[in-house]
Amino acid sequence: MTEAMIEIAGVSKTYDGRPIVTDFTLSVPKGALCVLLGPSGCGKSTMLRMINRLVPFDGGTIRVGGEDVLSVPPEALRRRIGYAIQSTGLFPHWRIEDNIATVPRLDGWPAGRVRDRVTELLTLLRLDPETYRGKFPHQLSGGEQQRVGVARALAANPELLLMDEPFAAVDPITRDALQSELIRIHKETGKTIVFVTHDIEEALRLATVIVIMERGRLAQIGTPLDIIENPASDFVRDFVGVQGIGLKLLSVRRVADRMRPGESAEGEAIAAEATLAEALAAMVTRRAERLPVADGNGTIGVISLADLVR
Amino acid sequence: MTLAGPMAPTAALRASRVRLHNQVAATLVIAGAVAGLTTGFVALAANRLVPGTPITLADAAPAALTAVIALLGAALVVLSLMPPRLLVHRIAALAAGVLLICVLEAAGQAATKLTADAPALATVSLGAGFWVIFACAALALIDTLQRAATRPPVQLLIVLAAAAIFIAMAKTGMFDALSLAREYAGRQQVFAAAVTRHIALVTGAIVPALLIGVPLGIAALRRRSFEAPLFTVLNLLQTIPSIALFGLLIAPLSGLAIAVPVLGAIGVAGVGPAPAIIALILYALLPIARNTLAGIGGVSPAAIDAARGMGMTHRQVFWRIEVPLALPVLLAGLRIVTVQAIGLTVVAALIGAGGLGSFVFDGLGQYATDLVLLGALPAILLALIADFLLRLAAGGLRRRFAP
Repeated sequence: MTEAMIEIAGVSKTYDGRPIVTDFTLSVPKGALCVLLGPSGCGKSTMLRMINRLVPFDGGTIRVGGEDVLSVPPEALRRRIGYAIQSTGLFPHWRIEDNIATVPRLDGWPAGRVRDRVTELLTLLRLDPETYRGKFPHQLSGGEQQRVGVARALAANPELLLMDEPFAAVDPITRDALQSELIRIHKETGKTIVFVTHDIEEALRLATVIVIMERGRLAQIGTPLDIIENPASDFVRDFVGVQGIGLKLLSVRRVADRMRPGESAEGEAIAAEATLAEALAAMVTRRAERLPVADGNGTIGVISLADLVR
Repeated sequence: MTLAGPMAPTAALRASRVRLHNQVAATLVIAGAVAGLTTGFVALAANRLVPGTPITLADAAPAALTAVIALLGAALVVLSLMPPRLLVHRIAALAAGVLLICVLEAAGQAATKLTADAPALATVSLGAGFWVIFACAALALIDTLQRAATRPPVQLLIVLAAAAIFIAMAKTGMFDALSLAREYAGRQQVFAAAVTRHIALVTGAIVPALLIGVPLGIAALRRRSFEAPLFTVLNLLQTIPSIALFGLLIAPLSGLAIAVPVLGAIGVAGVGPAPAIIALILYALLPIARNTLAGIGGVSPAAIDAARGMGMTHRQVFWRIEVPLALPVLLAGLRIVTVQAIGLTVVAALIGAGGLGSFVFDGLGQYATDLVLLGALPAILLALIADFLLRLAAGGLRRRFAP
């Protein structure tokens, strides 16, 4: 059993007598990419903002890294937790370098260390440090601004990252690229990430664990595959979507799970890491019923059309 | 004029391409020309209190100078017909600038010539013709500079250069014969004191108004229920005519000074600077509070949320995020208030506050137009300078932050 990064126990929140979050309990293991998923108004964003105490909660306890969040001054707590939001919230009057350096400077890092850290983060987010550090946010595209938003959240090297619909305001192509970057960064850094979205596709793509919320309560918790294969209630089934559920299944399973190892076929190979949906797309466009499967070391097997529906 | 057959279409084509690109400059030149031809450029009077006889530009100024002024006007019209390129605008700006200097020079020379032939008490004052031509030339200069997309630092240099040229011209004694200069010459000490007093009154009102108005605006922002009553009161204050407000303060302040002798000892009285400064503060509160509310209220909520979420304290969010982002709007409010206060301070002379208004009211009492101008012109100039400098500051900030 992995150690928990966040332990939420019996947390409730009412606003003007209206329950927003009700008796919510959740444990997020270290290193997870936990997606809080649900329709708008289900309390997922409020739940996220209670973790770093941007929203005070009425009852229950929240522990981050084993420590009760109420035992730490809120500002100190927030500086230890990365925070990225929709429409970036970059400070328009600060250069990119200053934006990224926000928390390190609040923490009083020496200038040289701040500068090195900014270089490191811009490189991690694939933005050329010398080109970008001196620019102002409005000189960047929406996707670039969002990358800077993520870099800023990572700046003080927090163990935990809270992201509130960070990619909701960018176009689909940019969003796709940003999602890939986030998956890569999650793998490279091993951070624990809590990610709020109302977009089921985004959740299926990013999450190691999905938490579905319904009217302030936990509706289901599970891996993307669990959620699609065994929806716990009609609400979850409806929300995840009956329409296109087959395609959703294809998009959460990997070629590696279904291929026939050792065999070989003609044509350009598909990556073992690719989803079955990508394999199907490749078969349709190439008019091929069998595709060779490769990993970093070369061809390792074959996947056929029949394997997809098995 | 006859044209050879084959050439006519080309000429017609060319003629059709002649378009009035700068209507503003052309209109100004025409207005200036009409004023120059029909109204008195200067007026010659037997003494400073009687109305003078108007004398047109052509009759008053040396022929060569009149010709140069006419040529520069014509040049501006020609330039306004040319395609709107940067170089054209720059040449036009130069022409307008030289025209401005020539008009001043013409006024000085006309006065020198006319007073030389007249009795000692005779005065030469500036006439409607001068003011119209001068205003037209100044507006043409501003218009062409804007079209030339001059950058603010260059604008500042041009303003400083214009001031230097004017002072240099005045130092040579060129304007000494003008009645306005004579009124000034007799009051140099008083004039300097009045300008200083005027600036002191404005500053003395603006600084406390900022210290009160900005917190009021912030209070309205933080506590929305406070907004409506606050702005009702401030709007009401704004509707009281300035003379009435100055007058209304006399009784309570006299009473206060008598009831609390300490206040009387530090200069609080029914007349003088105290009621003037209080009235100016009251007028300044609305624009300052309103712009504070609009400026800080207009800061992106996402930026504030991000700042809080990353662990800034309320104080840090306020000083590092809200204030700098609201600064352009705050400066716009300060600009409105400063220009307004410079104008209102003129009226404050009525209740004995001093400043440039004292010349205006003395002049009105004596029917001495030039004395009125000696108070009014520097007040206008002060307002223009304040407006220009604060605009420059706000523009610089906006360029830096704007999306």
